[in-house]
Amino acid sequence: MTARVSTVPKQPRKGRWLALYVLLYLVFLYLPTLLIPVFSFNDSIAPVFPLKGFTLQWYASLFDNPRLAEAALNSVMVAAIAAAIATLVGSLIAYADVRRGSPLANAISLLARLPILLPGVVLGIALLVGVNLVGPGPSLGAIVVGHVCFCLPTAVVVMRSRFAAFPRSLEEAAMDLGANEWTTLRRIALPLALPGLVSSFMLAFITSFDEFIVAFFLVGTEPTLPIYIWSQLRFPRQLPSVMALGSLILLVSVLLAGLAEMIRRRGLKPPPKSQ
Amino acid sequence: MSPPSVGVQGVPAANRPAPRRSRGRLFDVLLNLPGGLITSTLILFTLALLLYLSLRVNDGQLLGSAFTFANLTQAVADPLTRTVLLRSIMLSAIVTVVTVVLAYPVAYFLAFHAGKYRHGLLFMISLPFWTSYLLRVFAWKIVLAWNGVLNSTLMGLGLTDAPLAGLLNTPTAVVITLAHAYAAFAVLPLYICLHGLARNLLEAAADLGAKPHQCFFKVILPLSMPGVMAAALVVFVPTVGDYVTPALVGGPASSMIGTLIQAQFGKANDWTAGAALAVVSMLAIAVVVLATRALVNRWVLPR
Repeated sequence: MTARVSTVPKQPRKGRWLALYVLLYLVFLYLPTLLIPVFSFNDSIAPVFPLKGFTLQWYASLFDNPRLAEAALNSVMVAAIAAAIATLVGSLIAYADVRRGSPLANAISLLARLPILLPGVVLGIALLVGVNLVGPGPSLGAIVVGHVCFCLPTAVVVMRSRFAAFPRSLEEAAMDLGANEWTTLRRIALPLALPGLVSSFMLAFITSFDEFIVAFFLVGTEPTLPIYIWSQLRFPRQLPSVMALGSLILLVSVLLAGLAEMIRRRGLKPPPKSQ
Repeated sequence: MSPPSVGVQGVPAANRPAPRRSRGRLFDVLLNLPGGLITSTLILFTLALLLYLSLRVNDGQLLGSAFTFANLTQAVADPLTRTVLLRSIMLSAIVTVVTVVLAYPVAYFLAFHAGKYRHGLLFMISLPFWTSYLLRVFAWKIVLAWNGVLNSTLMGLGLTDAPLAGLLNTPTAVVITLAHAYAAFAVLPLYICLHGLARNLLEAAADLGAKPHQCFFKVILPLSMPGVMAAALVVFVPTVGDYVTPALVGGPASSMIGTLIQAQFGKANDWTAGAALAVVSMLAIAVVVLATRALVNRWVLPR
């Protein structure tokens, strides 16, 4: 049995070629984006090789820029509020879907994940018409609403896998011991899902923080960071500053995504010595 | 637990099961309430609103004052729309095929060969997904520009004397950029599907004498078609309506349907026409997706 198993898809040579391919694929995935930080330190306006020399002037130029500071603040505020709402609502949707499983809960969960399958432009204009009809019109508030919608799939996907990852028997035990549904959710399910909640919030935060197209339709007079970058792309002289700013944004995303992954994985380890 | 047992032993009617059951129902109602509200208003209602707007006369009011099919018929009849929509679907189809074909071996490696590196690699592959889409597209603009990274490198290495002109502002640039931007979208569904394949089927194929390539083409590939279809779907649908990539690296000759829709909501300020464009493109996308699925179900899937 064991001898046979090893003959199946594990030919070492094939695996080695594939490993080489995966390596090349990762280079393809990362190389273009890595050029942004590389050129952000380059002492030249034109992003071309060979590099001219090392400079921090493009980073320095970011600091005395009130419009940039305002856009950054807007982005952080929008992302924090949208991510909090999306995580809260998303985890209730995921809990209802995974644990209660009524057709309604399944339908809501499916609907909440639909924005993955909508072109950003369509979501943007649909929300634009919506906020003009009932809401505040194009504004930061409108962007928050749009980003709740845009981040909901992230939150639901993360929380669904989180709730599915611990055994239902823990909640059943609580119910058998007399806890009602509320107590079970509050004292058992949510604490167990806490790592998922934190990582969902962080991932939703960067999703909103980096989001451009929905915000592009819903923006009023106060820009978010991606909108600010978009407005600067027209000016070639601004290119190096944009790359410095872009490098900082990439750094924030990578750190938050890495942290979210660490928290998520730690949460998935089986509790020590139980079971 | 069932209601008939109530009062059998002379216990007063106010015993446990009934109130608990109704409390459970209240719990379910309240649990579904926030999600139900948000999804029905932000997603269902706004999409319905878009459909409604596409059927209204543009008379300066937000929602118009009368019904008409003119927006939709105009959107379908307009040769520019047809050209651009067809181009969007063609480019996205190419992007989808390229992305899925490039991603398949990666997902295969992750599912069958990665071993202890699996989680690290999965994280590396999904990380770009969490970084700014705008910046990733912008990076390609730097790479492909006339006086950009690729040309300056080629000339620096003495491979070409003059910059190659046909890089930026071409449909090819759009395909490369989109294929790069949506790479992670394709790897994950493929990986999940391949990882979930029943190992005993693969063992059975090997036991019955299938050579490795037969095992792949006759067993693994057909069984992984649902993953291929899922990957294709999540790449194809959003890319058809993409706005950022054609705007930054596509040039005027490769504007896509998202560009036209944005123009109607921006410069042209004709929202009903824009809504009609969006509705027509979503319908076109749905037709392509359903037709492809039917074809795959008919010809590729094992019986």
